[in-house]
Amino acid sequence: MSDYNFAYLDEQTKRMIRRAILKGLAIPGYQVPFASREMPMPYGWGTGGVQVSAAVLTPEDRFKVIDQGADDTTNAVSIRRFFEKTAGVAVTEATTEASVIQTRHRIPEAPLREDQILVYQVPIPEPLRFLEPSEVETRKMHSLEEYGLMHVKLYEDISQHGAIATAYAYPVKVEGRYVMDPSPIPKFDNPKLEMAGIQLFGAGREQRIYAVPPYTHVVSLDFDDYPFEPTKADHACDLCGATDSYLDELIMDDAGGRMFMCSDTDYCGTRCAAGHCGAQGTPLAEDAA
Amino acid sequence: MITVENVSKSFVLHNQGAAEISVMAGASLSVAQGECIALVGASGAGKSTLMRMIYGNYLTQSGRIMVGDLDVVTAAPRQVIQLRRTTLGYVSQFLRVVPRVSTLDVVAEPLMATGSDRATAEAQAKTLLHRLNIPERLWQLSPTTFSGGEQQRVNIARGFAYPYPALLLDEPTASLDPTNRATVLAMIAEAKARGAAIIGIFHDHAARDEICDRQFDVTQYTPGLAA
Amino acid sequence: MTPLLQVEGIAKMYGARIGCTDVSFDLYPGEVMGIVGESGSGKSTLLNCMAGHLQPDAGAVRFDTRTEGLRDTVTMSEPERRMLSRTDWAFVHQHARDGLRMNVSAGGNVGERLMAVNARHYGDIRDKAIDWLGRVEISADRIDDRPTAFSGGMQQRLQIARNLVTGPRLVFMDEPTGGLDVSVQARLLDLLRGLVREMGLSAIIVTHDLAVVRLLADRLMVMKDGHVIESGLTDQVLDDPQHAYTQLLVSSVLQV
Repeated sequence: MSDYNFAYLDEQTKRMIRRAILKGLAIPGYQVPFASREMPMPYGWGTGGVQVSAAVLTPEDRFKVIDQGADDTTNAVSIRRFFEKTAGVAVTEATTEASVIQTRHRIPEAPLREDQILVYQVPIPEPLRFLEPSEVETRKMHSLEEYGLMHVKLYEDISQHGAIATAYAYPVKVEGRYVMDPSPIPKFDNPKLEMAGIQLFGAGREQRIYAVPPYTHVVSLDFDDYPFEPTKADHACDLCGATDSYLDELIMDDAGGRMFMCSDTDYCGTRCAAGHCGAQGTPLAEDAA
Repeated sequence: MITVENVSKSFVLHNQGAAEISVMAGASLSVAQGECIALVGASGAGKSTLMRMIYGNYLTQSGRIMVGDLDVVTAAPRQVIQLRRTTLGYVSQFLRVVPRVSTLDVVAEPLMATGSDRATAEAQAKTLLHRLNIPERLWQLSPTTFSGGEQQRVNIARGFAYPYPALLLDEPTASLDPTNRATVLAMIAEAKARGAAIIGIFHDHAARDEICDRQFDVTQYTPGLAA
Repeated sequence: MTPLLQVEGIAKMYGARIGCTDVSFDLYPGEVMGIVGESGSGKSTLLNCMAGHLQPDAGAVRFDTRTEGLRDTVTMSEPERRMLSRTDWAFVHQHARDGLRMNVSAGGNVGERLMAVNARHYGDIRDKAIDWLGRVEISADRIDDRPTAFSGGMQQRLQIARNLVTGPRLVFMDEPTGGLDVSVQARLLDLLRGLVREMGLSAIIVTHDLAVVRLLADRLMVMKDGHVIESGLTDQVLDDPQHAYTQLLVSSVLQV
């Protein structure tokens, strides 16, 4: 064990955050202000998500962190180690084994279960900020359900690009009431926002927490004649051959060589281990063992 | 149709030592349907003032001015607006219009304001403009750039576009050539024939004698001028 | 006949200073009322009290709502009042940038009020925006330009289109022609007059320009030091002013 209090934050702070989380769950999509603490990492590195994770972690939890789908990036590794050290919790890279998953910019491909919590890192929680700089005004718009402005943003997209060009942080309406920024996940992930697991969103710099309880109705905003479409690269994963996962495009050389691979590294790895193989993948050899 | 009973009018010029100028006292006048009355009297005797009082353009201090069944002296602004729209027409000496509005629209407006559709209103406006010899090439232009005589004829066309039961005419034949003068007099006669009550100011004595049934000398009610 | 707007005893204080006080009048459907007075006379304060931008200290502003008849907008709930201000009411600001979203295209500006009342068909919204741009004499090929690329007169016309697209019944205007060239002013006045007549709009226009009210307003209120000192038919007040201040105001207009 370490000399830190469990999961770094003191108990009073964790209770304060839990109250904000409970309020957020009670009012799906509503941004609950909370007294965000200084964390031993800079803003923009997931201070909001880390505080939410600290508040929900118990010693029995198994913790997973992904950054843009990957478990092995600097940010993910750092946060995983942070809680390994300060909370002593078990960690994992397997989505199905984790009880708490902190994420930046993705929802795992494997469907989450009722006993799992997904914690999002949120840079700008206010979906109306694009057009309305005043916080007083945006709060009033939420309270009075005046969301015409959200469609103005989508209108601008279509008028300038011929289609809704917003590809990430695509606004949604939660349980027919609050319009919410789902954090910068690709809009491919939007349909997955209706899930069995608990979703918690933490914005450290902006001091807001909001939540989507299990099985909550989440609708991506659109126009009747320009319906919402989740999009991904029109390709299969070159490593595992999956056609249903969100893909990263990787430039391989100076000659224009490229490959597409699952952004969810655990999903890809699990499929490869099960014997699936993409165009540029290495087939699971019998002699590997 | 128009009954003026014992009306008085004075102006208080607050910015000139609150000087009070009494311009009319105890005037009474009645005009029946189909009748045309000429207001006469020396310049400054109050002919235009009386006309403006009847139109509601000037406030009246005391007395009654009935046009139809509305007392203009005590009526609310919206009642006067309604009266002007459907009952009481006024052809002033000077044309006052919004810049940029075409002559055709200026003439058609009183009809549009009373619910005519655009086609009907424009057709009627064209008939009148033709009759008053306004060249067709001018119809789409604003009358603000026209000559005095042309402006006067546009003003008359506008005043006669809607068949008001009561009409006020301030020098309708001034600055008109003989042909147009005859046309305007014919139009006034037609208005009389359909039953309009008309009060007019005519410096053109021949026209006055031709069209008016009676004369009404305002001088007798002008304080300081009455003999 | 039910008045569209019934203002009764409106007063607004700024500390010990009077913003406006004891203002009462009825406005009937289709009427255009002008409010004139010099800077600081309380005309803008009054307008903002009526339009729900300022909370008056006393008085009632009753509006003939579509469903429930006359309702006091001062005491109605904020959501109801805001709903009115994006459906049945319109507000044209003196400075277009106060009434427009400068970082949104002309089409988006016009479409916002439609989307605010749940228009969800892009093609329909765009058709309506093009129609309205045409009605305020902005060509359809400017629909995707931002207002920052427009001249002052165009911005003002865009603001009018943005306000009238939902077919309001009452328009509040605060110096709508202020700061525009005279030729641009004339064009705007002509446009406003046509729209008022075609749509049967009622309007309250605050201005210090007597020529504007003579052309647009049926009725006129003259304000000084927060009080209404004279009111009546526009041409009557201008041609036969009774109050010393109104006489001064009318006689101070420069003749061209």
